[in-house]
Amino acid sequence: MSKKSFRQAINEALRQEMQRDPRVILMGEDIAGGQGGSAGIVDAWGGVLGVTKGLYTEFGPERVFDTPISEASYIGAAVGAAATGLRPVAELMFVDFVGSCLDQIMNQAAKFRYMFGGKARTPLVIRAMYGAGFNAAAQHSQALYPLFTHIPGLKVVVPSSPYEAKGLLIEAIRDDDPVIFLENKVMYDDEEEVPDEPYSIPFGEANLTREGDDVTIVAFGRMVNFANEAADRLEKDGISCTVIDPRTTSPLDSATILECVEDTGRLVIVDESSPRCNMATDVAALVAEQAFDALKAPIRQVVPPHTPVPFATVLEKLYLPDAARIESAVRSVMAYKKTKQDA
Amino acid sequence: MTDLITPITMPKFGLAMTEGKITSWNIPSGAHVEAGQEIADIETTKITNGYESPASGTLRRRIATEGETLPVGALLGVLAEPAVSDADIDAFIAKFQADFSSGSTADTQADHAEPIMVSVGDLTLRVQEAGQGDATPVLFIHGFGGDLGNWMLNQNALSTDRRTITFDLPGHGGSSKNVGDGTPAGFAATTAALLDKLAITSVHVVAHSLGGAIALDLARTCPQKVASLSLIAPAGLGQGINMDFIEGFISADRRKTLEPVLNYLVHDKTLISRQMVEDIIRFKRLDGAIQGLQTIAKACFPHGRQAEDLRPVLVSFSGPAQIIWGEADEVLSPDDAKNLPDTIPVTLLPLTGHMPQLEKAADVNAALIKFVK
Amino acid sequence: MQIAHDILLRSYRSMRTIRDFEERLHVEFATGDIPGFVHLYCGEEASAVGVCAHLSNTDTIASTHRGHGHCIAKGVGVDGMMAEIYGRKTGVCHGKGGSMHIADLSLGMLGANGIVGGGPPLICGAALSHKVLKDGGVAVAFYGDGASNEGTTLESLNLAMVWQLPAVFVCEDNGYGEATGASYACAGTQKARAAGFGMPYFDCDGTDFFAVHEAAGQAIAHARAGHGPVMLHVHLARWYGHFEGDAMTYRANGEAARERAEHDCLQNFRKHVTETSLLDLSALDDIDTSVKDEIEAAVKAAKNAPLPEPADLQADVYVSY
Repeated sequence: MSKKSFRQAINEALRQEMQRDPRVILMGEDIAGGQGGSAGIVDAWGGVLGVTKGLYTEFGPERVFDTPISEASYIGAAVGAAATGLRPVAELMFVDFVGSCLDQIMNQAAKFRYMFGGKARTPLVIRAMYGAGFNAAAQHSQALYPLFTHIPGLKVVVPSSPYEAKGLLIEAIRDDDPVIFLENKVMYDDEEEVPDEPYSIPFGEANLTREGDDVTIVAFGRMVNFANEAADRLEKDGISCTVIDPRTTSPLDSATILECVEDTGRLVIVDESSPRCNMATDVAALVAEQAFDALKAPIRQVVPPHTPVPFATVLEKLYLPDAARIESAVRSVMAYKKTKQDA
Repeated sequence: MTDLITPITMPKFGLAMTEGKITSWNIPSGAHVEAGQEIADIETTKITNGYESPASGTLRRRIATEGETLPVGALLGVLAEPAVSDADIDAFIAKFQADFSSGSTADTQADHAEPIMVSVGDLTLRVQEAGQGDATPVLFIHGFGGDLGNWMLNQNALSTDRRTITFDLPGHGGSSKNVGDGTPAGFAATTAALLDKLAITSVHVVAHSLGGAIALDLARTCPQKVASLSLIAPAGLGQGINMDFIEGFISADRRKTLEPVLNYLVHDKTLISRQMVEDIIRFKRLDGAIQGLQTIAKACFPHGRQAEDLRPVLVSFSGPAQIIWGEADEVLSPDDAKNLPDTIPVTLLPLTGHMPQLEKAADVNAALIKFVK
Repeated sequence: MQIAHDILLRSYRSMRTIRDFEERLHVEFATGDIPGFVHLYCGEEASAVGVCAHLSNTDTIASTHRGHGHCIAKGVGVDGMMAEIYGRKTGVCHGKGGSMHIADLSLGMLGANGIVGGGPPLICGAALSHKVLKDGGVAVAFYGDGASNEGTTLESLNLAMVWQLPAVFVCEDNGYGEATGASYACAGTQKARAAGFGMPYFDCDGTDFFAVHEAAGQAIAHARAGHGPVMLHVHLARWYGHFEGDAMTYRANGEAARERAEHDCLQNFRKHVTETSLLDLSALDDIDTSVKDEIEAAVKAAKNAPLPEPADLQADVYVSY
C-alpha cells in the first residue's frame, strides 16, 4: 500500500490486468507516442497526459497499439476485437471526441448482445478524459456520462478517487460487457493510499463517503470530493449529510439512493454534466417517483448552466459546481418549510 | 514550574496513526483526575478509544475542542496542581505550541517506519517491527480475517525494551494471498520460517483467536522458538465456533451486511468504526482474498466445528503460558479455557468480546507486560 | 485454379440456397407476414459464396444490411435465419435482431449490420484478434459501393495498412447506394482508393463464381500470409430494389431484368461446369430440389414457430447487470 495518484492508479490497473490476462490489449492515439517520429523513440508520451506511460515499453507492440488519429476505425476495431476474443482497452483521449465514433459505441458495441440474441460478448473498455476546470473550452471539457448512460448495453463508470479508479478499472477490464470508463482530467494528480495488489470494486454498488441524518447528497465523479468538502463544513454547523458516490451511472444503485433519501428526507444532487437529461434529472425523477412521501423539502440540483463549457477561467469557475454551491443548496433544503400543510 | 505541569497530547494508537479526533471530553475543566482515568475519547480512522490520563492532577485547560482533529503529539489539554498559576500555564502552552509548530517536539521515534515486505519461501509477508533492546522479542499472531493492525494498541506498549513483530498471515492484509492448505500447522510453519528469516531464535508469542491455534502448533513443532505463550481468545481448545461470524465474514461484501458480522467481535459495538468496516471490505476486494479465507475456513472449521484439538499441546508446553478471554466473547467461548492446569493463569475480562486486545487494551497490555518481564 | 469437386457442389448449393431464400422472401414479404424491412441479395450470390469458399470457422466476416447471402455462405442455417426474419423465438437471434442483424459468432459471422460502413472498423478489430491470437485467421469486410464513401471505411483501409492486418475489404459494387448511382456518389475509382493507401487491389466479375473464387483466393492468400490487407472489388448487380417495396424508379426500364437474363451467376455456373465437364447437371438438379424443400420447410417452420415472450424483452441486454 502506498500513496498513488489517480494517474498511477489507472496505469497500475492496466499493467496488472495485462500481466494477468494476455488477451488484454491497449489501443489509442499516442498511448505510446513517438512511432514514426524522427527521434526513433517510442513511448515518448505514454498518453497525452502520461497515463499509459511505460506500458508499451513493458508489453511491446503486440499488446500496445498506437493508432492513427482516426477514432471511428480504432474504436470500431476495439469493438470488433472484443467480439472475437480479445479484451481491448481503447483510449479515446477526450470524451468529446466521441462524436467521431459514436456509431461504433452506440450502434455496434452496445447492441451486439441484445441484437444477436444474447450470443455475443463484447468485453471492451473505452477510457476517456472528461470534465471542466482545465481551460480546455467547449470541445475538450464536457462531462458526457449521461450520453452513454442513456444507451442500453453500455456500462458507465465515473470514478471519484485513485482507490476507486484502480478497483473499478480492473472490474471494467474483467467485465464481459462494453464499459465506458471516464476519468476527470483535473484529478490525475490527486493522491491517496492505493493497494499495490490487484483488486476489483463491483459495479452498481454505491459508496457512502459520509453518513448523516439530515441531507442526502448524490454526487458523481469529481463532484464527490466537493460534496465531501461541503459535508465536512456543514458538519461543523450541526448539519449532517450522507454523501453517495454511485461509482457507476449504469448500472445505477438506485436502492441505496432511495434508502438514504428515506432516512434523511432531503436530497441534493451534484452533477457536472449539462443540466438537461443528465444524472441529476435522472436521480431526481427516481426519487420523486419512488420516495415522494419521504421528502421533507424539494429536491435540489447543483449543476452547470445549459451552456457549452466556457474557456475563460472566470467563466469556467462560474460554470462548474463547487463545494460552496453544494453547501448553500444543502442549507436551502434544510431551511425549507412547507407552507401548505397536508389536509 | 513546568515540572508541575503535565501536557496531555494526542496519543498514537497504532503505528499508522498520524492524527486523531477528540470526540468527547469525559472530564470537565477544573476537575481532578487520577492517572489511568479515561479523560477523553479519541477517534482515529481505525478505532475510537478512551484516552487514559498520563498523570494525576487537575485538568486545568481543555485546549482541543470536541470534534477537533489534531496531529499526534498536539496539545489537547494541561494537567497541573491548583497551585500553579494561570500565567505559568499560559506560558507553558505558548511555549509548547511554538515548539510543536516548529517540529522540535515532533515524534521522533523510529516507529513511523512503514511495514516491510519479507520474502518467506514463495510468499511475501507484510511485517511491522518496532522497539529494540536485548529482552526476548515478542511476536504477535492475529486471527482469522485479521491483520497486523489488530495489535495497534498493543505493539507499542511492549516495545519499550525489546523488539516486537506483528505481521499479516498469508491470505491476510498485505501478505501474499496463497494460504497453502489453510491449516494452523501450515501457518505455524510459515511463522517459524519468518522467525528464521528475521534471525530470531526465540520469542514470546502473543496470539489471538485462530492465531492461538497457530501458536500452539508452533509450540508443538518448534518448542525452542517459543519462550512463552499468551493466548487471547484462542482457537484449538474446544470445538465450538460461531459459524455465522466465519461465513458472514467471507460472504458479506457491503458495509450494511458486514457491520452486523463484525459486531460479533466486540462487546461494545460502537468500537466497530466505519473505517474498520471499510478496511475489511477493501481487503476482501483484493484478488484471492476471499478464496484464501474460504480455504482457511474449510480447513479449520469443517462442518461448523473446530478441526484441531490442541489442548494437549498447551498442557504439555514446558514454558509459561497464559490465557486472556473476554467473558462476552461471541465467536469462541471462554468456557474453552476451563479445566486447564493451574499453572496456566486465565484472565477473564468482563463486558469484553472476542477482541480484548482492542476492547480492553490497557488490561491486556498489563497482563502481557507482566508475563514477558 | 482447380476447384475440388466437393467445394464446387457446396458452393453451388450455397448460391442456390441464397437465391431461393431471397426469392421466397420477396414473395412472402409481399403478403405482409414479414415485419420490418428486408434487403435482398439476389444476383450477388457468387460474391459471398466465391469469397467464403476460402474461409473456415476460424475466419471472420462482417456483413451489411444486405446480409442474408453472406450469412448463408458462411454457414448460418436457413431455419434459424428464416425464423429470425419472421421475428420468432426460434430465430438465430431469438427474434431480437431481424433481417439486418443476423449473426453467429461461433461461425465467425460477426453480423449483418444496419449501419452503412459499420463493418470495416469491426473487421479491423477481428483481424487484430487473429493477428494477436495468432490463430491464422483472416477477417473479411463485405461492404457496398455506398459504404465505400463512409469515413469509417476509408479510415479502416488506412488503419489496416498501418497495423498490417490480415484483413480483406470486399467492395460489392452493385452500382447503387440506395437510390443513387455510384457514378454520381463515388469520386475516383475503388482501385485508385486502394492505391492511395498502398493496398493491393484485385477485381472480378461478381456474377461469375469462378472469377470471384480465383480473385478471392489470391486476395485472401495475401492477407493470410501476413502480407497485410487487400481490397477485392467485385462488380455485380442487384436484381431487386434497395429494400423490398422499392419500385426502382431510378433504374432504366429493363435494367434489372437484363441483369437477370444475362448475368445470372447460377446459370453461368451450370454452363461453366457442363462445358468443362466438371459436374453433372443432374447433381445440380438434385441440389435444386433439395434446396427447394429446405426453404419450404424453413418458411413453414418459421410461420409456426413461437413468438418471443414478454420476459425476452429485457433479457440479454448485458452479460451481467
